[in-house]
Amino acid sequence: MALLGIRGLTKDFGGIRAVNGLDLDVDAGQIISVIGPNGAGKTTLFNLITGMAPVDAGEIALDGHDIVGLRPSQILGLGIARTFQNVRLFPEMTVRENVMVARHCRTRSGMLTAILRLPSFRREEAQTRRRAEDALAFFGARLVGWRLETPARSLSYANRRRLEIARAIASDPRLLLLDEPTAGMNPQETQELTGLIHKLRDRTGIAIVLIEHDMRVVKGISERVVVLDYGQKIADGTYREVAGNERVIEAYLGRRATQA
Amino acid sequence: MAEQAIPAEVLEAAGPTLLPARGVDLRRSARLGLTAGGVAVFVSANGMVEAFSKRDIVGPISLGYAMLLGVALGFGYLAGRPPQVLQGFAAPRPGWRNLVGGLLAGAVAGAVMAVFLVLIATFEVRRIFLNIGPELVREAPRLLTVGQDLGPGLALIFGLATALGGLAGTLHLLRERWRRAVLAAVLWVVLFGLLASVVIQVLRGIQTQLRLWTAPIADVLYAGGALSVAGVALVAAAAFGASLLRTSGRRRRPLRRRLDQLPDTSRRLVRVAVLAVLLLGLGLLPQILGSFLSEVLNIAGIFLLMALGLNIVVGFAGLLDLGYVAFFAVGAYTTALLISPQSSLGLGWVFWAAVPFVILASAVAGLMVGTPVLRMRGDYLAIVTLGFGEIARLLFLSDWLKPVFGGAQGIIRIRDITIGPVELRGPQAFFYAIFLFVLLATYITYALQDSRIGRAWAAMREDESVAEAMGVNIVVAKLSAFVVGAMLAGFGGALFATKIGSIFPHSFNVIVSITVLVVIIVGGMASVPGVVVGALVLVGLPELLREFEEYRFLLYGALLIFMMVNRPEGFIPSGRRAQELHEEDMAQDAWLRERAADEREADVTAPAPRKAGEG
Repeated sequence: MALLGIRGLTKDFGGIRAVNGLDLDVDAGQIISVIGPNGAGKTTLFNLITGMAPVDAGEIALDGHDIVGLRPSQILGLGIARTFQNVRLFPEMTVRENVMVARHCRTRSGMLTAILRLPSFRREEAQTRRRAEDALAFFGARLVGWRLETPARSLSYANRRRLEIARAIASDPRLLLLDEPTAGMNPQETQELTGLIHKLRDRTGIAIVLIEHDMRVVKGISERVVVLDYGQKIADGTYREVAGNERVIEAYLGRRATQA
Repeated sequence: MAEQAIPAEVLEAAGPTLLPARGVDLRRSARLGLTAGGVAVFVSANGMVEAFSKRDIVGPISLGYAMLLGVALGFGYLAGRPPQVLQGFAAPRPGWRNLVGGLLAGAVAGAVMAVFLVLIATFEVRRIFLNIGPELVREAPRLLTVGQDLGPGLALIFGLATALGGLAGTLHLLRERWRRAVLAAVLWVVLFGLLASVVIQVLRGIQTQLRLWTAPIADVLYAGGALSVAGVALVAAAAFGASLLRTSGRRRRPLRRRLDQLPDTSRRLVRVAVLAVLLLGLGLLPQILGSFLSEVLNIAGIFLLMALGLNIVVGFAGLLDLGYVAFFAVGAYTTALLISPQSSLGLGWVFWAAVPFVILASAVAGLMVGTPVLRMRGDYLAIVTLGFGEIARLLFLSDWLKPVFGGAQGIIRIRDITIGPVELRGPQAFFYAIFLFVLLATYITYALQDSRIGRAWAAMREDESVAEAMGVNIVVAKLSAFVVGAMLAGFGGALFATKIGSIFPHSFNVIVSITVLVVIIVGGMASVPGVVVGALVLVGLPELLREFEEYRFLLYGALLIFMMVNRPEGFIPSGRRAQELHEEDMAQDAWLRERAADEREADVTAPAPRKAGEG
């Protein structure tokens, strides 16, 4: 059974059908790119999966369990973490705190244990710190050291993107949704990140779905490419298969004028 | 980083926007003078100068006059101040422009004041402006012309304002270190004058309680309730010297770091000793302060409790609650119902038995207010909670619930707190109860701030939907903030009820909510030391200086505006807030630091060795 199973997923915004009867399976450990022209419904798909927008019709199942209608925090707890197209950090919190927040769903200590500073609280707090720093260390020296204590706002754009990914990783997801992870990065940084994404999958075995516009990244990274247009899946396969698909070329370049 | 002058040709090429400022802008000075004149006229016309003229603070100078002098000096100082320059630019050299700036501001202010004096001497405006009475200029004691006739009075005012403005402007000719020392001296003299009664009481109290010879110091410093000449000299010299010492080149290692370097055992010993001395001092404090000052502290303490609670709701979780007084009322009424033998329940319990019920009742109230507003943010939340606050007051006042809460008659004969056989009667004894709860609230605040739920609150404050997406259940986080905030306010209410001994609905109006909010905004949002200072200054000071009472909210308003414009992060900000509100300065710093770090990184070269990979 697929890790994530989507059946007939539909979402309307007023008169516009943003996602239209979408079926999609994601297997454990797969890296999938979702591509499509602007307004194809890619980000909406992510919002529906993570519960940030209500589903109008259809099913989303994680490990066979329906997750439609759950709170975003519950869905994160079940193992689906995401990043945002326009990086959304907690800008005034420090780099470390940003990542520590993501451990919220993996920790239990309540207010009373915090006030009494019970040993269980101290242990959990120390562990949260360590896990956060581990997640940050995924990006080498870029986000650790003195940067741990700086507010997220003061980071460079590329580092903010990295921090957002680290935050998502820290929640121990089984499925990671990355919304344009390389936007705003230079070619060298992009290459570094694609390498890291591969490494992340190899090391942890999590499934990764990314929305991407840079075709070199898509080509280099994905084992499967899903193409959306007007909320519908128009192609699904390897990069090579999809790149040759008539409908995909049409969606990106428009219809040939030969028939006229 | 060393100050570096940018070469002239670079500046020329960059155009006029980058040229360093030429020093004091005289047009700005004149504008500041107009503002100063406006302020002086305002405080004279609304009766503040007159109301404050009975309290001498330094020699023969009353608080009212001190205010006017302060306006001239303060604005003169601002007017003489050279414009701030960005790092890397050469600062303009101090020179005659600083003096002229101050003089100009003083003169303009003096002229405005003079026009005002001529006007009120010529026209009878008392029917409209109730506080402009004949004793200001026309009849003795001719307060505003310092006892002179109009002509000489005008000359005196104008001359004095100009001179003071110029004097303040010349401060900028001093090196920064010396200027700071002068400012410190002035500040401390004013403080010692203003708080004369406190200082005298404390010095006498120390003598009677600790048998130290401190009372004679009071006799030297003060004469007739105001600082004497010797007092001014001593205080100013002490402050001046202390400031110079603090800024002296010899950098001593900070105390904290020196402590950290001690071996573990002796560090623990030092900590215990410090704690013991602190506790001993606090134990003796009410005796030293005497009954009146203890009462002032108690009132400030109750507001501090509430402020610590609201700080969790507004400062930590970012939920603007304007109906906070509701929880205060719930705590007070719960206590009153349970421990007054004359309440509708007629139980007459001891205070401590009521405490669990206070916690329970305020938690329930927190849930009741929190649940319906779960989906509201920002302004809407503020308005709705404002409504809840009023609903609470009206319920306690209503005829419908009169059989329970006593309507407008409230609940009386609330028993004092007892500890074993000892009754905490009177402000000095009551101080200990308040102190206990404030200590508890402070500890809870710190403990929660640095915990799982504290981070959840902070995340929610920054971005609610992202916090939810990153695993924070917003419903739980919001409700828990409301509940904890409500509990602390409930404690405040419980103490309030037993302190006063009787409670009435009108004690719980919206002004209480506003005051608590002002305390945390002015003190420093999300900063515990800030909240403490805010409560002491904003609640304690008006109790201490009774003349302030009438102008309390005027001063709150003025202070709020001043703080919002000049220091929006509060007196003692939390680190995070300060950065947030001074984005520009910080961005520049961050850029410099980032660059320095990158350079360092480049030295080490290559992708850094990964240590985490092993884990």
